Amino acid sequence: MSLSRRSFIKRSAVASVAAAVGMGMSKELSAAPSVAENDWRWDKSVCRFCGTGCGIMVATRNDRIVAVKGDPAAPVNRGLNCIKGYFNAKIMYGEDRLKTPLMRVDAEGNFDKNGKFKPISWKKAFDEMELQIKKSMKELGPTGIGIFGSGQYTVQEGYAAVKLMKAGFRSNNIDPNARHCMASAVAGFIQTYGIDEPAGCYDDIELTDTVISWGANMSEMHPILWSRVTDRKLNDPDNVKIVNLTTFTNRTSDLADTEIVFRPQTDLAIWNYLAHEIVYNHPEAIDWDFVKNHTVFATGHADIGYGMRNSDHPSFTDKERETVKAQESKVLSKAEGTSLAYLGFKEGDTMEMKNAKAAGKHWIIGFEDFKKGLEPYTLDYVAEISKGDEDESIEDFKAKLQLLADLYVEKKRKVVSFWTMGMNQHTRGTWVNEQSYMVHFLLGKQAKPGDGAFSLTGQPSACGTAREVGTFSHRLPADMVVKNPKHRAISEKIWKLPEGTLNPKVGSHVMKIHRDVEDGKIKFVWVQVNNPYQNTANANHWIKSARKQDNFIVVSDGYPGVSAKVADLVLPTAMIYEKWGAYGNAERRTQHWRQQVTPVGDSMPDVWQIVELSKRFTIRDVWGEQHIPGMDKPLPDVTTKISEFGYNPSTTLYDVLFANDEAKGFAWPDPIGAGFGNTEAEGDKRKVVGSDDKTFEGYGFFIQKYLWEEYRRFGEGHAHDYADFDTYHKVRGLKWPVVDGKETQWRFNAKYDPYAKKAGTGDFAFYGKALKNLPQGSLTGVDGEKEKIDLSNKAKIFFRPYMDAPEVPDKEYPFWLSTGRVLEHWHSGTMTMRVPELYRAVPEALCYMHPKDAEKNGYKQGDLVWVESRRGKVKAHVETRGRNRTPKGLVYVPWFDEKVLINKVCLDATCPISKQTDFKKCAVKVYKV
Amino acid sequence: MSKEEDKMATRRKALTDLVKGAGYLALGGLTWGGYVKEAKATEFALRPPGALPEKDFVKACIKCGLCVEHCPYDTLLLSEHGDKKVIGTPYFDARTIPCYMCVDIPCVPVCPTGALDVTLLTSIDEETQEEKLDINKSKMGVAVVDPDNCVAFWGIQCDACYRACPLLDEAISLVYEKNERTGKHAFLKPEVHREVCTGCGLCEHACITEEASIIVLPHEIVTGKVGDHYIKGWDKNDENRLRKEKELEKIGDDMKSTLDYLNSTDDLLDEE
Repeated sequence: MSLSRRSFIKRSAVASVAAAVGMGMSKELSAAPSVAENDWRWDKSVCRFCGTGCGIMVATRNDRIVAVKGDPAAPVNRGLNCIKGYFNAKIMYGEDRLKTPLMRVDAEGNFDKNGKFKPISWKKAFDEMELQIKKSMKELGPTGIGIFGSGQYTVQEGYAAVKLMKAGFRSNNIDPNARHCMASAVAGFIQTYGIDEPAGCYDDIELTDTVISWGANMSEMHPILWSRVTDRKLNDPDNVKIVNLTTFTNRTSDLADTEIVFRPQTDLAIWNYLAHEIVYNHPEAIDWDFVKNHTVFATGHADIGYGMRNSDHPSFTDKERETVKAQESKVLSKAEGTSLAYLGFKEGDTMEMKNAKAAGKHWIIGFEDFKKGLEPYTLDYVAEISKGDEDESIEDFKAKLQLLADLYVEKKRKVVSFWTMGMNQHTRGTWVNEQSYMVHFLLGKQAKPGDGAFSLTGQPSACGTAREVGTFSHRLPADMVVKNPKHRAISEKIWKLPEGTLNPKVGSHVMKIHRDVEDGKIKFVWVQVNNPYQNTANANHWIKSARKQDNFIVVSDGYPGVSAKVADLVLPTAMIYEKWGAYGNAERRTQHWRQQVTPVGDSMPDVWQIVELSKRFTIRDVWGEQHIPGMDKPLPDVTTKISEFGYNPSTTLYDVLFANDEAKGFAWPDPIGAGFGNTEAEGDKRKVVGSDDKTFEGYGFFIQKYLWEEYRRFGEGHAHDYADFDTYHKVRGLKWPVVDGKETQWRFNAKYDPYAKKAGTGDFAFYGKALKNLPQGSLTGVDGEKEKIDLSNKAKIFFRPYMDAPEVPDKEYPFWLSTGRVLEHWHSGTMTMRVPELYRAVPEALCYMHPKDAEKNGYKQGDLVWVESRRGKVKAHVETRGRNRTPKGLVYVPWFDEKVLINKVCLDATCPISKQTDFKKCAVKVYKV
Repeated sequence: MSKEEDKMATRRKALTDLVKGAGYLALGGLTWGGYVKEAKATEFALRPPGALPEKDFVKACIKCGLCVEHCPYDTLLLSEHGDKKVIGTPYFDARTIPCYMCVDIPCVPVCPTGALDVTLLTSIDEETQEEKLDINKSKMGVAVVDPDNCVAFWGIQCDACYRACPLLDEAISLVYEKNERTGKHAFLKPEVHREVCTGCGLCEHACITEEASIIVLPHEIVTGKVGDHYIKGWDKNDENRLRKEKELEKIGDDMKSTLDYLNSTDDLLDEE
């Protein structure tokens, strides 16, 4: 009998099934290296990507990373990863890694803004940077320069950058991409608690009964946490409830018991509906002990604008002005007529944005005022304005809102609210963050195991570096701010600076740095671990001003991306495992790693680049009298006071800030680094020719350890305590405050947080110190007659009204545009788009839209369309099926793809308090190419 | 609500229907991959949407290349010498370029012989009650998962195939399972629903392992066939399967072999 090839295959396969029965896959993948891996070195590290902070183990062989594995001992992920983490071993080895400095030059090799990029030496790169910085500072003072920093800096990089800018150059114009990501969460924390970062931790997932996701597609953006939520649901499927509040159906809806698709911006109204339910219909649910003992009620101005420039700015087109005019005044909609009635407004009235400059101001109100503010937020009103899917019936939608309220209110039910960019990237982002605490505080469901509103972080060290180190234009380390003279004094002491060195005027935030460049107020920009020309809304303005105007843009990066293309000078930069570092994740967990391999090409770590630049400046160059725009008095000349510090006018910033006596006390080699390299401390086998045209032989001391140990002094004893450097190399991270060697799981809760216990205010103490001396007033404003009240150890329950977004769809631009990420790609894709497997999985950004919307407009699945706003347009392919299912009237375009540069389309309106851009809402039209 | 129940019932049916298929493929995964690789390089081919069963298709296809010409994504190729397929017939390799499932299916109506059969891709529009092209009815192949190399089965949070699936949650869904090793995470494992899967290969294309761990195979390779003598007593519809197919076979009439058998008593008697 002849056996056809095909049936042979089939039969063999069946036979193999029988053989395979009972084999199964080993559940426990071996954590120990196998015999074949004997010459591999494994060491602990952390995933490069999101704020989850998964621990990984890195294997190196012959000075190359050959593999990674999830760290089975890491509490966050217990050996698992998502697919980005799965590819950590490949991210540094893309073919087009930048290997040498590149500058735009003319035929003679001199800098030429219109020249082509050519390789240059490190010395030439620093020569040009020095020249350009001095030129800008001479013309414009310290504010003439700026740094686009990062939530992906290592802690030491961020700290070095802040120190050079704020202490050295006396400029506060350093601001991270975390401004785009976490600023509203920060402002929410500071205004509510007086101190930054979440009360709870990831353990809440295992301890809660209810996970409510607000504007966070956790399934794609925090996959490892989502798998923990999934496990929680599987453990107790009947009791555990998951709700996904979103503006379109996404993968987080898969597991959800209830999906609530709401109209963009109306999360403000839904939170108030919940509070209304509590206060009006379930007063028995209010935890009065908690509310009275630990909180006060507060509110602020509503007429605060939208963080845009005034419409008379010359760079705007007439089309742009149609939207931008809302910065000065706005005609109130029907919904706002109701929500702002407490201020005496009605539909059709014009609200002048009188308090745009006092957006953050707030004051204490009484409970009755608070209650009055909530009055309009009935189920009928809120359902009507917030239903996001026209195909859903109002009854069904109301039932869902009611169910949501029931879940929060249920007395014994533990509830965690998670959010990410949906609530942070919001023109009322600070408000909506505060509203989450409002609901949790009323119910007494905050800062308790399994109960709490928890802000998830986007970036791997948005918390650890951007926020804790304070690489923001207004901040100093450990939640201190440049405005506060005491904070400056503390910082000057730790940094060994003469009194008055630090600049008290808040610098330019990310949007303002771009705007300042366009206005010619900043002429030197350094981009570090960031891609601001791809990741900032209204990108056409910023790309054009960088390329066409008189300025100098430096980009440090591992790979060439949009920002490098826009730059004048590109510096090849060592990537994560090519340097010593530390990240801090969303649950306050700090994790350190060692340098695993020598950097590729001639690329060098950011710390080295910052420190090398500091060698080019002497005290004489920067510490004389300096004029700061907007300040009556100039920054004082502090060179007169330097002798007591042992400095003289010719002392370089290198000697003051980085290679001082204390720093040199941290010896290298150090036992903690035995067997590991340290490019900054000792150079490396490449013998890179450095910034002085000589082989770089290293600083001779353990600079990363020095930076850490100095940095942690800022927070010690101030509820920001960290462990010493060496400890972090022995443990899988620790959640700060670390007191007596112990981490803190739930802050502000006296049972778990030694600082809360010490306060002696009972079970809780919201001991943050910022904004704790408040005036009193009513819903409409401050009552000047009444005294200010000291709110030590108390938190605030804010009333915040519903207001429309500044740009909403209309006849000409009928769609909402929302942007965001996809699981496969990290941010602007400079790393993940270079991993072939991830590139193939998702090679381009698509325009997700409803099939009926496509049909109505004459295009279909797969067609190429223009997505156009008042500011710009991009081409993208239509996707009407797949992972994101938008309701009619909304399109979603991810931003990872530089070929679909969606930020040309987005509106650069921000939360006026946090200055964080709303990337989730603007109006577009979509038409066939 | 009843619509919801219907949906659930269909889904349950889909799941029960697949128990055999899923288990079989899951367990066979280890060796399956090897065969597949060889098989792929040999004779089987993924055909364009609407292709007749392979034998009929090869007979009907006149190798004109019109379907290939009309494919906007360059998915379709004409087999050449050395491809080990019938030369000149259209096929595609999903890992290189999958079928993007155009809603207007430009490759099919142009087929002059019906080798690509529009009627196989036609359904009734729910709103208008008119016939319309329906790419979701195509049966180019069926995706199978190799659970040893699919990283979702390791606990890695991947599901790239699931999110790439144009019939997400219908053709591929996720099976949630506790990860007992970590004690606090869950597996999210992809599961293919064979009667919905069109074989477009977007999953195979998106798979992030070095060689795809979910691949599309022609139906005749992966589909078994049960005998027609037994009906699932618990499934009303199963009877239809046999009603349609059962042609009564002639009962054998081989008297000679019966007699030969009966008469060969030699082997019954032990030799003395």
